[in-house]
Amino acid sequence: MKTIFTVRNVLVFGLLAFLAVIPAYADVTGNTFIMTLFTRIVILAIAAVSLNLIMSYGGMVSFGHAAYLGIGGYAVGILAFEGINSGFVQWPVAMIACGLFALVTGALSLRTRGVYFIMITLAFAQMIYYVGVSLDRYGADDGLTIYKRSNFGSLINLSNKTTFYYVCLVTLFATMYLVWRLVNSRFGMVIQGARSNDRRMRAIGIPTFRYRLVCFVIAGMMCGLAGILLANQADFVSPATMHWTRSGDLIVMAVLGGMGSVIGPVVGAVALLVLEETLPHIIAVVGHFVTGLEMTAAREYWQLVLGPMLLLVVLYARGGIDGLLRGGRRD
Amino acid sequence: MTDALLRIEGVSKRFGGVIASDNISLEIRPGELHAVIGPNGAGKTTLIGQLMGEIGPDSGKVVFEGNDITVLPTWQRGQLGLARSFQITSLFLNFTALDNVALAVQARSGHSFHFWRDARRLPELRVPARDALARVGLAGREDVVVSNMSHGEHRQIEIAMALAMQPRMLLLDEPMAGMGPEESARLVETLRELKQELTILLIEHDMEAVFALADRISVLVYGRVIASGAPEHIRSNAEVRRAYLGDGKKKAAGGHG
Amino acid sequence: MLLFIEQTLNGLQFGLLLFLLAAGLTLVFGIMDLVNLAHGSLYMLGAYFAATFTALTGHFIGGVVLALMATLLVGMAVEVIAMRRLYGRDHLDHVLGTFGLILFFNELVRLIWGPAGMNLTLPSWLNTSIELMPGVHYSMYRLSIIIVSLAVAISLYFVVMRTRIGMLIRAGASNREMIGALGINIKLLFTLVFGAGAALAGLAGLMQAAILTAQIGMGENILILAFVVIIIGGIGSIRGAFVASLLVGLIDTVGRAFLPDVLKLFLSNSAASTAGPALSSMLIYLVMAVILVARPEGLFPAANK
Repeated sequence: MKTIFTVRNVLVFGLLAFLAVIPAYADVTGNTFIMTLFTRIVILAIAAVSLNLIMSYGGMVSFGHAAYLGIGGYAVGILAFEGINSGFVQWPVAMIACGLFALVTGALSLRTRGVYFIMITLAFAQMIYYVGVSLDRYGADDGLTIYKRSNFGSLINLSNKTTFYYVCLVTLFATMYLVWRLVNSRFGMVIQGARSNDRRMRAIGIPTFRYRLVCFVIAGMMCGLAGILLANQADFVSPATMHWTRSGDLIVMAVLGGMGSVIGPVVGAVALLVLEETLPHIIAVVGHFVTGLEMTAAREYWQLVLGPMLLLVVLYARGGIDGLLRGGRRD
Repeated sequence: MTDALLRIEGVSKRFGGVIASDNISLEIRPGELHAVIGPNGAGKTTLIGQLMGEIGPDSGKVVFEGNDITVLPTWQRGQLGLARSFQITSLFLNFTALDNVALAVQARSGHSFHFWRDARRLPELRVPARDALARVGLAGREDVVVSNMSHGEHRQIEIAMALAMQPRMLLLDEPMAGMGPEESARLVETLRELKQELTILLIEHDMEAVFALADRISVLVYGRVIASGAPEHIRSNAEVRRAYLGDGKKKAAGGHG
Repeated sequence: MLLFIEQTLNGLQFGLLLFLLAAGLTLVFGIMDLVNLAHGSLYMLGAYFAATFTALTGHFIGGVVLALMATLLVGMAVEVIAMRRLYGRDHLDHVLGTFGLILFFNELVRLIWGPAGMNLTLPSWLNTSIELMPGVHYSMYRLSIIIVSLAVAISLYFVVMRTRIGMLIRAGASNREMIGALGINIKLLFTLVFGAGAALAGLAGLMQAAILTAQIGMGENILILAFVVIIIGGIGSIRGAFVASLLVGLIDTVGRAFLPDVLKLFLSNSAASTAGPALSSMLIYLVMAVILVARPEGLFPAANK
């Protein structure tokens, strides 16, 4: 039998443990920035995990996943704006809204395959983006400030940073566990089978469309949860939340971390967002070391490095970080 | 004869100027192994496509157990008990052999909206799947990932999957295609056992196998059935000899139908 | 009525612009089976090149020609350096790799030209209006966009339908293996097609730059519209792209201009002014959805791949 103490497993559990002790670390060092950063990372990891469900297990490459971040966030924002602060109302409404949007756009998009699917999900997300832009009552382009976070009465206080972080983290772990159960269940076998060979699925008597659609809706609602949390964290929601480059970021997270495992997208989310924070410094330091010149100006242009890095990952490290840790084997 | 299990009534299909099916009528009786033979391009695969609902006929009817299934989607035909194997191996390559067959078992045991329990630990799926693999001679190979298995093994899994659906009828689309003589011989034995309990429509190039197995044979040429009957009858039919068996003696290997 | 004519012409102009962008995209997809998100970056580069070269040379047409050549070269370079390695990979790889290219190009433009954006100044002979029929004035520049785009569309049609290279392109779009079997230098053909697509995108970008400005990320939103065009028209089909471009351009422009007024006929004033903008921005996506329901492969599905 294989040992569970592989380098990969040790690192993965190290990462999860690290996420769990972030608030304590922030507390001791007084570094509040790291709290804000990691709350964001954890929330976007939820979104990436949900995208990974349809993308790597279901073979549905959705380029419009950020739409659910926006819909979830706007549901919270609009209800708050209209004076409804209760989380018991906000959260279900937000998730139902995401579910409905996924149901309708999924029913249309899943009639198509491959590139068509990519472009159509992108187009529908763009549509909802423009709807956000045209909502004059709710801030239009400038977005909507949320003055009060979702209120769960005496149950839980989301305004407390540590509490909020753990709410996000528990949600992430719960989502990961749910996805893990899902992909190994009979439902999951159908979803993976349909990705691998849809025609064969139908020949053995399984109507794949409805299973794929349900999977698409589940992923949409999960991502809606991330949208709810994101709006609460930023106390703000704007069309930029669902800009199509956001959807691109989510795909990057899922692929960068490594598709084909539940943990991959979490690794990807941490890697991408930490990279975004540190790359400017790295560029400046390495640039100084190599050229001997003061390179602080170069910090600004970190995307000049990130872009080609993505291309290189695509070309040479297709299994992502998780794939590298497993020694290039993909299953 | 109204007691046919599967009845094809005057099915026609043309693709542009090519007539792939020209008013085909066939009856498959319960319990028989009916072979369809014909030279390449005779429209054999088009015929299977129409039986499975992947291609809609321009005219004509397909009746299965007394129900008109001409316009039913593929998956419903599967549910009704029509199972097929594919000419070009069509499996879930990243799954193990057992996973593949277990999916077929799953397909006939109700809907799959079960989100929680580990499908790989459900004895009601795994046990019948294991049995089906054993029947086609793949015992001990259950946990091998399909993409690492040989072509011959793929063909065996194809049949195991069809079996696992507990079908009323089996459509086998050139199951011997690309097999070596030894593998073919083994498959003939498997099919000989299967025909004891199942109705089978066999489309095959391997004449030896066809004449060894078939109760009745229909000959398809240019989308038309030119003869249909017992193997001796077909062997002695002048039109068939002229159209087909002349090169059949050389034992055509594989190719598209 | 006057407004309607003007908006229709604007819609036509916008549609033709979209066609220039979509044509390259659909050709590249049809032949190389490549989804290129960075097509919008080439559109942006065309605009920046034109703004720079016209300013440098002090000559509008000269600057435009130089800009087109520069975009063509950049396109071919991108093909040789990056795209070539993506052929035959799955579409997710294309999406990711070209997404990386977008980040790169946006940043590169910021590095070279700064964050502010640039104006492309029109010469006085273009910066006027013309009387199309008695009482109907229309921008000379927009009219010349229509004329130039139409001319390009017609010559593109001629090249694709009537010449040897066009025959190869069509053959490639319907059967990729075939051009290989013909013993054609595929690498060169691909580089040329990609470069030509880039130049078309650059042309669209620079023409738009004089109406708006050259800005970072200007190619991104219009790229998604170009995707909508391709979805409606059918992937790989130039004819489909043309019809769908005009459809999308007209519906979008005319819808934005008149839908709020139309809604006022049915709804209260305030409801109409709330729903109007939202609905008109959704309009083309709704059209796309309807077309998809009826024809999942688009209006003019390319021959089987």
